[in-house]
Amino acid sequence: MSIKVRYFASLKEKVGRSEDTLTYSNPMTVYDVWHYANVGTEIPENILAAVNMDYASLDFVIVDGDEVAFFPPVTGG
Amino acid sequence: MAIQIKTDIFDPFQEIQAYQNTKLVDVMTIGASNIFIGTMRDFNEDTAVKSMTLEYYPSMTEKQIEKIILAAQQQWQLIDCLVIHRVGTVLPNEPIVVVAVWSSHRGDAYDANRFIMETLKSKAPFWKKELLDDNQERWVIKNTNGYTSV
Repeated sequence: MSIKVRYFASLKEKVGRSEDTLTYSNPMTVYDVWHYANVGTEIPENILAAVNMDYASLDFVIVDGDEVAFFPPVTGG
Repeated sequence: MAIQIKTDIFDPFQEIQAYQNTKLVDVMTIGASNIFIGTMRDFNEDTAVKSMTLEYYPSMTEKQIEKIILAAQQQWQLIDCLVIHRVGTVLPNEPIVVVAVWSSHRGDAYDANRFIMETLKSKAPFWKKELLDDNQERWVIKNTNGYTSV
């Protein structure tokens, strides 16, 4: 099973890349995805997450083909 | 309803006029049009700002703005809504965002416009990076509270 992980804004600069494609075999939450993609890096305290372009909590369970995104608080308008 | 993301400078009044001329010209039930235009100021947190660059999450941004408008339509009697948001590099005095709401009555138009704008500020995935006078760059960490004067 595989998922795409995307990063935006200051978080993209922090992790040094805009996206990952990950393969996995066991069920994972959004929180697990962060640690799988960023081994040894604690998840930022104020991070926001989305799955398939809807906001998702860190305990949301992902499925094959999902697009997971991590980003800082939004500042548009 | 229309949601537009623009990469170049635009004239808010021409955009609103064009939308009215094409989508609303035959609608005779409109009694109130409420328009909010947000522009870039040349300072933030007591620091001069030369320009800012707006990043967004294509598709998610439009999807979230649509959800905000649908939520407004659930709460107020609205005829139509137009939201335009700029991305890319923006200079002081240039428009960043337009929220236009058409309704039969002013109460719905005023309140829905405020709701859409304030919710957009906390839910629509846009991020601002400022270029300061000394050429240092700075991410905007949080938006000001729209319900206070400070």
